[in-house]
Amino acid sequence: MLSEYIFWFLSFVAVFSAAGMIFSKNPVYSVLSLIVTFFAVAGHYFLLGAQFLAAVHIIVYAGAIMVLFLYVIMMLNLNKLEEEKKSLYIKSLSFFAGGVLMLVLIAVVRRTEELQTIQPAVYNADMGLTQHLGKVLYKEFLVPFELASVLFLSAMVGAVYLSKKELA
Amino acid sequence: MDSMLIYKALLTVGVFAVSLGIAAYLTWGERKLAAILQDRVGPDRAGPFGLLQPLADGVKMLMKEEMIPTKANKWLFIFGPSFFMLTACMTGAVIPWGSGITVDGVVYPLQVTDINIGLLYLLGVVSIGVYGIMIGGWSSNNKYSLLGALRASSQMISYEVAMGLALIALTMITGTLSLGEISKQQDAGLANVVYQPLGFLIFIICAFAETNRAPFDLPESESELVGGYHTEYSSMKLGFFLFAEYINMFISSAVMATLYFGGYNFPFQHELGLEGNTLAIIQTSVLFIKIAIFIFVFMWVRWTLPRFRYDQLMNLGWKVLLPLAIANIFITGIVMWAMGKLN
Repeated sequence: MLSEYIFWFLSFVAVFSAAGMIFSKNPVYSVLSLIVTFFAVAGHYFLLGAQFLAAVHIIVYAGAIMVLFLYVIMMLNLNKLEEEKKSLYIKSLSFFAGGVLMLVLIAVVRRTEELQTIQPAVYNADMGLTQHLGKVLYKEFLVPFELASVLFLSAMVGAVYLSKKELA
Repeated sequence: MDSMLIYKALLTVGVFAVSLGIAAYLTWGERKLAAILQDRVGPDRAGPFGLLQPLADGVKMLMKEEMIPTKANKWLFIFGPSFFMLTACMTGAVIPWGSGITVDGVVYPLQVTDINIGLLYLLGVVSIGVYGIMIGGWSSNNKYSLLGALRASSQMISYEVAMGLALIALTMITGTLSLGEISKQQDAGLANVVYQPLGFLIFIICAFAETNRAPFDLPESESELVGGYHTEYSSMKLGFFLFAEYINMFISSAVMATLYFGGYNFPFQHELGLEGNTLAIIQTSVLFIKIAIFIFVFMWVRWTLPRFRYDQLMNLGWKVLLPLAIANIFITGIVMWAMGKLN
C-alpha cells in the first residue's frame, strides 16, 4: 500500500519535472528539472527492487552527465541568448518525428498487459541486487556486455578526436 | 519493531548532532593546529584555550547582515548552500559507528542503515554534492564565483573517476558493497589497507580533492578568485559553505577509517576479555581516534603544502591517478587469480 503511494508520488514528480524541463525559459532551470526527473526515475527503480540500477542512475546521470551539461550552460551568456526562429518546415518535421515516437511508445505501453512478461511464480525478486546482476552480466551475457564496452570505447576515442581542433 | 524505528530515528538525529558538533570543533582545531604549525597562539579569547570560539563564530555568522546581490538569482542563491549542507550531512547514514549495543537481548546497531549498496550510495552522494557549489557560484552572478564553481565541478568530476576505480579494487577483495559487512570482514582478517595500499593512497588524494581542501582548494583560492564560489555570500549562508567543508572532512575521514583501516575494530580486541557493551563502546572510541588521526592529516597537509596550479591538478587527476587506479585493479585481479581466490 505504502509503495503504491510512493509510486504515485514519484510518477507525479517525474512527469511534472519533465514538463518543467521542456517549458522553462531558463536553461539552468531545465537542467535542474531534468535532475529532479532522474531522481524520481531512480526512485522507481528502487521500488522495482533494482537497487544497483537506481544507484548507478544517480551516479552517472545526475552526478556526472548533468554536471557537465550544467557546466556548459553556465558558461553561456544567458542574457544575450536569443532563440533563433525556426522555419515552419523544420517545426512541422520535428512535430511529425515526435508524433511517430509517441505512437510507438503508446503501442508498446498498450501491449504490456497482454504480454505478461513477468511471471510471479518464477520471478526472482532479488534479481536487481548487485551480486545477481553481476553474475548474470558476466556469465550469461559476457559477449554482448564486452561488445557494448567496446562500443563505448570507440565513442570515447571519437569524442576525444573531435575535440582536438587541429586534427578534425 | 516500533521501538527499533524510534531507535533509528534517534540514531539519525544523534549522527547528525555528532557530525555538526564535531565539525564545529574542527574549525577550532584547525585554527589551533595552524597556530601551532606557524608558531602562534591561535584563538584563546573565548573561554579556556579558546574552546568557546566555535560558539562565538556561530553567533557572529547568524547575527551578520544577510546580503543577496541584486542581480543574483534569489532562489538558487539560497538553494546552493542549503543543498551543499544537505549532501554533506547525508553520507553519515551508511557508516557503521560501532558494532552494536545490546539492551535486554535486543541488538541496537550503531549504523543508521546497512544498505547493500552502501559504497554506491557514498559515491552517489559525493557526485551530487557538487551541485551546491555550482548552483551557488552561478546564481551569484559574479565572474569570480562562476570561475570558482566551474573549477569545483571539473575538479570533483575528475577525481570522482579515480576514486570510484580505487573503490572497485577494494570491492574486488571484499566482495560486498555494504559498509557494515566490510567492517566485519576486517575483524576476522587484516585491515584492507594491507591489501590495498595503492588504492588507499589514490583514495586519500581524491578525498582531499573532493572536499576542496588544500592543496586542491582551487575553487576558493583567495589569492586569485577573491573567495571563489562563495565570494558573494555572507552571514549563515557563507557559514553553511564553510561548515559543510568540515562535515565533509569528518565524514571522509570516517569513510577512510571504515574502508581501509578496520573501521571500529582494533588489534587483539577479542583477547582483552571484554565483551558486550564495554567492548562496543571501546570500539566506537577507537573508530573516533582513527577519524581524529585522519582529520589531523587533513589539517597538517593544508598548512604544509602550497596550492596546485590548475593544469597540475588536471594532470595529476587524469594522467597519474586514473592510470594508477586502473593498474591497481589489474594487479589486484592478477594477485587474486594467482592466489586462487577467483571463483
